[in-house]
Amino acid sequence: MNATLLIAQRELGTYLRSMTGYVIAAILLLVDGLLFNALALGGDDKLSAAVLANFFLYTSGLTMISSVFISMRLVAEERQTGTLVLLTSSPVKDGQIIIGKFLSGLAFLAMVLALTIFMPLLIRVNGKVSLGHLGAGYLGLLLLGSASMAIGTLGSTLGRTQVLAAIFSGCMVTAMVLCWMLVHVTERPLNDLFASLALHNKHFQPFQQGTIHLRDVVYYLMVTVVGLFAAIRVMEARRWR
Amino acid sequence: MIEVKGLTKYYGERPAIRDLSFAIDKGEVIGFLGLNGAGKSTTLKILGCVLLPTTGDVTVDGLDIARNPHEVRRRIGFLPDQPPLYPEMTVGRYLTFVARLRGVSAGDVAKRVAEAEERTATRGVHDDPIGSLSHGYRQRVGVAQALVHRPKLLILDEPTSGLDPRQIVEMRSMIRDLRGEHTVLLSSHILSEISQTCDRLLIIQDGEIVDQGTEDEIARRNQRSAAVTIEVDVASDPDAALAVVTKLPGVARAVVMKQAPGLTSLRVEAATDVRAQIARALVTGGIDLVRIDRGQGRLEAIFLQLTESKEMPS
Repeated sequence: MNATLLIAQRELGTYLRSMTGYVIAAILLLVDGLLFNALALGGDDKLSAAVLANFFLYTSGLTMISSVFISMRLVAEERQTGTLVLLTSSPVKDGQIIIGKFLSGLAFLAMVLALTIFMPLLIRVNGKVSLGHLGAGYLGLLLLGSASMAIGTLGSTLGRTQVLAAIFSGCMVTAMVLCWMLVHVTERPLNDLFASLALHNKHFQPFQQGTIHLRDVVYYLMVTVVGLFAAIRVMEARRWR
Repeated sequence: MIEVKGLTKYYGERPAIRDLSFAIDKGEVIGFLGLNGAGKSTTLKILGCVLLPTTGDVTVDGLDIARNPHEVRRRIGFLPDQPPLYPEMTVGRYLTFVARLRGVSAGDVAKRVAEAEERTATRGVHDDPIGSLSHGYRQRVGVAQALVHRPKLLILDEPTSGLDPRQIVEMRSMIRDLRGEHTVLLSSHILSEISQTCDRLLIIQDGEIVDQGTEDEIARRNQRSAAVTIEVDVASDPDAALAVVTKLPGVARAVVMKQAPGLTSLRVEAATDVRAQIARALVTGGIDLVRIDRGQGRLEAIFLQLTESKEMPS
């Protein structure tokens, strides 16, 4: 088996055997359920599509937060416990280590997101939910999760401890989300740049409404690639230190 | 098997090792000896392709570690000072993971894992989670992971650290059994284990190799006067005792090793065993003698001598 998949498989096993993974999953499902019940379903009568759009909005926020907590252990934990040297002394490229770890985090996130499907199904009981809207929303969540997970992997590579890793990744994700605020206080062409850089605002809304734009897909994939590339470079640089 | 030329590694401004050069032949068991912080682990990490050197050339099995790190890592089994174990995995799963990671073909994995467990006597804990193992077993699993892919070169950083005396003896015989089939480079700050296990020694101090060769060669070169080392404990002030002892014929040097209220330990180097003369001189000089004994082995004395410049008051 390819070393990347081998590493991913072992890491995923760790998530499934450790408490941390289940705690993160439980908190995400609990908070998402509460938000869904209170905000998406509550209030005035709404169309099913609007309820579903709200559901994707709340879940997207939780996806970013979960990604930070899921990814914090990826590299930092192994550095803390001294097991990273097992990987760095094996005939495996630093890129394979990083990508393997990233994939395990993403796979775990995907499993947790899959568990949220009961909420859209509940909407279906009393209303109408189009499969296209559902698919687009989940694709958006997965892409947003992938971008946040890549940033989280970079944070975990930078941080000496898991706490530091979570702080680094949290700051990076928050900064990228808040980019849209700068749009209002800057002029062209800077505001265009900030608008297209923002992690959530402009790029996630179409998915939320059930439409898929290629530019948004490309944007999230780009953020993923850049995040992972930076993480690989940090790993390589560590060998020189 | 290994050729190191002018190897230097800086951590920021601080040099960890400076201009190291040595060569190791195939099948040798080499002991890398030095006090804590002398640069042993840094050197081993570079040889294990975990760190890159600041300057210098290192070739393993004819391959340059900077140009072909991938190929070199295939040929190396590395046990760092802290065994890299995943506590939640069982020994069997862990070794299988490592074997596959190091490129053992799927068909051979089970055989190699069994073989590594056999050699390190860990067959009995195959299904136990690593987290539940004793320190001795963890260390053995650490060695098992280093040799599961049958590497040509085994690098073991302090393989006996933290083991009890019986486990140390077992670890030593395990390492001796690896001779011939693997080239073994092991580090330690404990001399007795190095002198009994290794064919040749490299002594490192402050990032530089201060001597290398077989135990006899090193002893011959450094036989300043330390034919016999004698340890003396006295219950009085060190200056008076030192004055008495250094005056004796045959005594080359005397240094204070330890000083506590009411007890001073001296190390005396002499050409012959002059314990009786020292005892008599101290007692007649009015100094209370608490203990007098032959010091550590020859190698230990030389090691202290080679490394004392910065470590010992003399």
